[in-house]
Amino acid sequence: MSELPRASDLGLIGCHVCRMVCRDVKAPDAACPRCGSPLHKRKSGSYTRTWALLIAAFMFYLPANILPIMRTVSLGDVDDNTILSGIIELWVKGSPDLAVIVFTASIVVPVLKFFALGLLLISSQRGSQWAQRQRGKLYRLVEFIGYWSMLDVFVVALLTALVQFGFFSQVEPLPGVVFFGLTVVITMIASMTFDPRLIWDGRDSDD
Amino acid sequence: MTMPSQGLKPALAPPTLWICEHCDTVYRRRKLARGEVARCVRCDALLARHHSIGVRGMFVLVITAMIAFVQANIWPIVTLGLNGHQISATLWGCIMIMWREHAQVVAVIAALTLFFLPIVKMGFLFWILAYARQRRRAPGFRWIMVTLYRVGPWTMSEVFVLGALVAIVKAHMYFEVQANPGIFAYGVLMLIITAFSSIDVRRFWDLTEETPA
Repeated sequence: MSELPRASDLGLIGCHVCRMVCRDVKAPDAACPRCGSPLHKRKSGSYTRTWALLIAAFMFYLPANILPIMRTVSLGDVDDNTILSGIIELWVKGSPDLAVIVFTASIVVPVLKFFALGLLLISSQRGSQWAQRQRGKLYRLVEFIGYWSMLDVFVVALLTALVQFGFFSQVEPLPGVVFFGLTVVITMIASMTFDPRLIWDGRDSDD
Repeated sequence: MTMPSQGLKPALAPPTLWICEHCDTVYRRRKLARGEVARCVRCDALLARHHSIGVRGMFVLVITAMIAFVQANIWPIVTLGLNGHQISATLWGCIMIMWREHAQVVAVIAALTLFFLPIVKMGFLFWILAYARQRRRAPGFRWIMVTLYRVGPWTMSEVFVLGALVAIVKAHMYFEVQANPGIFAYGVLMLIITAFSSIDVRRFWDLTEETPA
């Protein structure tokens, strides 16, 4: 394994934007000669930025789950739903299979993202060599599934547009849905800010 | 001190290498056989794959996606009925009502990820591919490719399709629900997005040749 050459050892940098292989001129403002994007050996300030974004996302995630995301008014009856109560309603009255999909997208995926990114950050900062391949796969999973969490936000938007029968039945969005949308956006940015190459960098090549 | 003439521009290494984006391992490039996928030995990430869809195929896909996108946006997606009253929803209907109902953040997210950014993506791909058919680089190639890369993860039409499905099932508990042409157009769009998802647009850098300005 160790004889596989790494770009940073060979004095090379791969451009993220166009995959051009460039020589590392060790200048802070080096740019890719092909696409003009800035070249970095590693994404700059990856640990600090990812931590900051992850904590910010978590602070939005709490109200997203505690506050109701949607209000249903029918014949004067007011019913506020949180993400979880909406899933339970879907399970009980509608279709359990869709309830599982929504549960995965709205609860499992965000929680997984917090744990996964937290784990990746801590283990990489400690220069851990534990399960590097698996940690790499975990990162790619987080990147791939991240945006599906927007599902519930779009469901609320559609139901609000559809259920406009005045006194008989009406759906309104509530603040929870705004917090949830922001959580998804911020966790997406957090996973983009994390540099997966840090998983492989070991203890002393952290820069 | 380095001489100013040496500049800050890095010299080009010959385009014979792949660098794994996930662990920084360097590989010599090789031609891939039909259907072959090259993976990193160290971290198992995708290095490159053989593309079965050529430039012409992609061009046709993008045009189909544009037609489906227009259809998906002009036709209603779902219609609800209650006591003879009927209400239909389109994407823009959803965006406008979220804005009015004090969820402007959601309205902006939806407008960007479901309308504006998909348009930017399809339009730019159309432009690049129209020229790439003659192995040429379209005017503005450089910044368009950079923009395409940045826009990449921020289009969510396929999530919206699943959302429509969930909304239909939820509404079905209380109302008469009717699926409209919009949802089928979205279905087509979702299929095309899936076909396109395996394509790394960054290969256009290699597929086209630089024309001296």
